[in-house]
Amino acid sequence: MSKMHVTTTVNGDEAEFLADPRETLLDCLRDHLGLTGSKEGCGTGDCGACSVTLDGELVCSCLVLGVEAAGKRVETIEGMANGNELHPLQRKFIEHAALQCGFCTPGFLVAAKALLERNPDPTETEVRYWLAGNLCRCTGYDKIVRAVLDAAADMRKEAA
Amino acid sequence: MAKDEIREFRLVGTRPDRPDGLDKVTGRARYGADISAPGMLWGAVVRSPHAHARIVRIDSSKAEALAGVKAVVTRADFPTGLTGEDWNLQENTMAGEKALYDGHAVAAVAATSALRAQEAARLIEVEYEVLPHVIDVDDAIRPDAPVIREGAADATVPEGMPPNVVRYIDFGRGDIEAGFAEADLVMERSYKTEATHQGYIEPHACLGQLGEDGKGEMWVCTQGQWFIRRMCTAVLGLETSQLRVTPSEIGGGFGGKTTIFMEPLSLALSRKAGGRPVKIVMSRSEVLRATGPTASASMDVKIGMKKDGTLTAARAEFRMQGGAFPGAPVDMALYCAFAPYKLPAVQHIGYDVLANRPKCAAYRAPGSPMGAFAVESLLDEMCRELDLDPLEMRLKNAVNTGDTSSYGPKFGTIGLIETLEATRAHPNLSAPLGPNQGRGIATGYWFNHNGETSVSMALSEDGTVQVSIGTPDIGGSRASIALMTAETLGIPYEDVRVNVVETGALGVNEPTHGSRATFACGKAAVEAARQAIGEMCRRAASEWGIDPEAVEWMNGAAQPAGPNAGEFPPMTIAEIAGKMGSTGGPISGHHESVPDGVGASFGCHVVDVEVDPETGRTTILRYLVVQDAGRAIHPSYVEGQYQGGAVQGIGWALNEAYIYGEDGRLQNSVFLDYRVPVASDLPMIDTEIVEVPNPGHPFGVRGVGETGITPPLPAIANAIHQATGARLRQLPMSPPRVLAAIGEARQG
Ligand code: FES
Ligand code: FES
Repeated sequence: MSKMHVTTTVNGDEAEFLADPRETLLDCLRDHLGLTGSKEGCGTGDCGACSVTLDGELVCSCLVLGVEAAGKRVETIEGMANGNELHPLQRKFIEHAALQCGFCTPGFLVAAKALLERNPDPTETEVRYWLAGNLCRCTGYDKIVRAVLDAAADMRKEAA
Repeated sequence: MAKDEIREFRLVGTRPDRPDGLDKVTGRARYGADISAPGMLWGAVVRSPHAHARIVRIDSSKAEALAGVKAVVTRADFPTGLTGEDWNLQENTMAGEKALYDGHAVAAVAATSALRAQEAARLIEVEYEVLPHVIDVDDAIRPDAPVIREGAADATVPEGMPPNVVRYIDFGRGDIEAGFAEADLVMERSYKTEATHQGYIEPHACLGQLGEDGKGEMWVCTQGQWFIRRMCTAVLGLETSQLRVTPSEIGGGFGGKTTIFMEPLSLALSRKAGGRPVKIVMSRSEVLRATGPTASASMDVKIGMKKDGTLTAARAEFRMQGGAFPGAPVDMALYCAFAPYKLPAVQHIGYDVLANRPKCAAYRAPGSPMGAFAVESLLDEMCRELDLDPLEMRLKNAVNTGDTSSYGPKFGTIGLIETLEATRAHPNLSAPLGPNQGRGIATGYWFNHNGETSVSMALSEDGTVQVSIGTPDIGGSRASIALMTAETLGIPYEDVRVNVVETGALGVNEPTHGSRATFACGKAAVEAARQAIGEMCRRAASEWGIDPEAVEWMNGAAQPAGPNAGEFPPMTIAEIAGKMGSTGGPISGHHESVPDGVGASFGCHVVDVEVDPETGRTTILRYLVVQDAGRAIHPSYVEGQYQGGAVQGIGWALNEAYIYGEDGRLQNSVFLDYRVPVASDLPMIDTEIVEVPNPGHPFGVRGVGETGITPPLPAIANAIHQATGARLRQLPMSPPRVLAAIGEARQG
C-alpha cells in the first residue's frame, strides 16, 4: 500500500511522517517520530497505555489511524513536562511511588491530566472511574489514585 | 515489631524518590519495544490455530516471494538432539512434529516492516492433521485421554499411571490415620482453580542480532538476562558467552518473563537474514495464547481438627496441568499448602499432568495460591462448623521460629505469630458489616529465594559510587539497593547510582524472581561495599603510615580506630577517591555467591465483600494486607508489592480465567475478555508492614513480592460464604457461579 504524507502538530511542534494507511497513530508516533513514551499494551483499546490527546480529546492512539492525525494537535507524555519542570502529576507519581514497572505510567499520566483539566476537584470514585480504562498490573491502583488526588489538591492550591 | 535488636538506620526505612522515577514519568525509559537498530527487520510468528495437530507440511514459498521478506525459519533451522528442559524450551519456542496448543509457534518470518512481516506470516501455508486434544486437568489425567507426548514422564512416576502424568510427588510425615482418628472433626473437600495469566502490561519484545560466526546481541524485556542468554544459546546450539544480552526496562513480569518465548526466533531469523537485527514484539493475543500462564489445579484436601481448633492431621492431593510440558508447580503448591501450621501428621501427593495448553511459566509464588485456596477455605469451613474464630484457630496452630515445617525443613526466624497478632489488632477487623456483607481471612506463605548473585561496586573519582546489579528493576529495587549501599558506606542516597547491567558486565545472576532481588542483591551489594571499605581503610592507613587494622570506617570516612592509632583527621570517601589513581588504582568491591540466610515470609489478609444477591456480583469493600517484610528498606515499594499482589489475587479469585472452547482454542485472548481488575473495581488496599528482621540479611530483609498473591483467593471465598451462606470451591467466583451457589445454598 502506498504511503501517505501526514502533517500534524505533536507537543506543539510541527511534525511530518509517511504513514501506511493501516498504521495506527501509536505506530506512527513510536516508529516514525521516535516518540516511544506512548506504549502498546494491547492494541485493542483495552489498556490505555497508548493514551494521548487529539485536539484535546483523550484517545487510545492504538485505535486512531496515523493519517487521522493530519491537521490535528497531538499531545503525548513527552510533552507533559514544561522543559525541566515536571507536571504536578508527574511529581506526585514519583513521590507516592505510584509506579512500579512504570509501563502503564505514561498512559495514566496523560489520562489523569485530561481528567484534571475537566474536573479539578474529583472524588476518589471519580478518579477510579475515569482511570478505569487504564490497566496497571503492578500497583493495585491505590498509590496511583492517591497521587492523582494529591496532584489535584496541589494544582487547586496553585491556581487559588 | 522487631523481636531482637532495634537498630537505628540513617537511610534504610526512608522513602526517597526512586532513581529511575524521572525517566519513567517522562516517557524516556526504554522498554523492550522502544529500541530500533540500523538495518533492522521486523519479525512475525505463525501460530497454530489448533490445540493439538500433526504438522504435515509447511510451505513458505509465497511468503518468501513477497518483496521485503528476508528470512523464514521453522523447526528445521534449529539444532537437533536436545534433551530435558532444553528440549522442552526448544519445542515450545517452535513446534516440531506436532503443534501442542492453540498459539504454538510453527514458523517465523522477518521482513522490512512490521506490516510486511505480518502479511508474509499469513502467506505461510501450514497443513495440519488435527488430533484429539485435552484441556482440563481432570480430563487429562484419565487413562483414555489423548496422549500429549509419549515418554515425557520422569522417574518419579510409578508404573501404570495415566500417560499424561509426567511427575509424581508423595511425601509427608507422622501417622496420618491416627491423626484423623484423634480429631473431633474431619472434613474432606475438593477444589478447582483455573489458569490465569501474569498479565504484565508490556508484551514480550526483543531485538536480536546473530552473525554467521555465532556471535550475537540481544535487547529484551526480561526478568533475567542470564536466563535469556543460557536458554537462547541452548536452544540454538550456540556458545553461551557469545551472546550478549542487555535487559531493557521491564513492564512487569511476575515470573512470566523468566523464560524464553520468541527470543530465539529473532536470533534465528537474524542469522538467516545475513545478521541484520530482528525485532519481534508480541501482540496481546500472542501473549495470552502463547506465554505465561500459570497452571490450573484440581485439589482434594482432608483435615482433622479438635474441638478447640488444634489440628491433628492433614492430607492434600493436588493435580495440576502446566500445559504441554512438565513443570506445573505442584511441588511448590504442596510445600506451601500447610506451611503456616504445626501438624503432627501430614501427607502430600501431587501429579504434574500434560494438557494441550501453553507451557506454564512462573507466576508470583508459583503454586502457593492454589494450595492456599483449598486449605484455607477448608479451615474456614471447619471453624464455622466448630464455632471457632478463624484468626484464633490460626494463632493456635501457627508455626513459630524453630518449628519443623509441614514440608520438612526447620523454620529459621519467622514472623507468622506477629503477623496474626498485628492482624487481630487492626481496626478493619472491627468495621461493622451490613446485610449481604461478609468478612474473610486467610494466610499465605512463600519460601523466598536466594539464587546466584554477582554484584560489583566501583568508586568514582569524585567519591560517588556506582553499583552494577544483574537483576532488572521491576518495582523500585534500584532504590532499595542504593539505600542499602549508601547506608553501608555512610554516604548520601543520591551519591549512589545503581545500574542494571548486561550479561557481559558481571558473573551469572538469576533473574529478579522468587522475591530475591532486595534480599540477595542487597546482601551482595552490602558485602561489595564492605570490601571497598576495607580497601579505603587500607589506603588511608598507608597514607597515615599506620596499621590498616587501626583504621575504622565511620560516616563515609576513614578515621583512626582509637586514641592509640594516632591523631589524624577523618579522610572522606571523596578524598580517598580523588587520589586513588596514585595510591594503588581503582577502588571497587565485588561479591559473588548464592547468599544464604533466606528468610521465609508469611502474610495474612482480611477482606470485606458485599455480594449482590440479584446478580451474584462481588464488590470488595475493604482489604487489608498484613505481612512480615523482615525489614522494609523502602516502605512505599513494600506496600506496593503487598497491594499489587493482593489485587492480582483478587483478579484470580473473581474474574480471571483461561476460557477454552470445545475446539481447544482460547476464547478470551484480549484484555476485553480476559478481564483484570481495574481501578473502579477496587477500594484502597490497606497495608501493615510487620518487621521481624531476618538474621540472615544485614538489614533484616526477607523479600516481599510473592506472598501477597496467595491469601486473596481463599480470603474472598471465605468472605463470600459469610455474606451469602454459599461456599465456592471453584475459581473464578464469577457472578453466574456465585448466583448458582447462592441458589444451591438456599435449597439447603
Ligand atoms: S495499546 Fe491502546 S489501549 Fe492498549
Ligand atoms: S506500574 Fe507496572 S503496569 Fe502499572
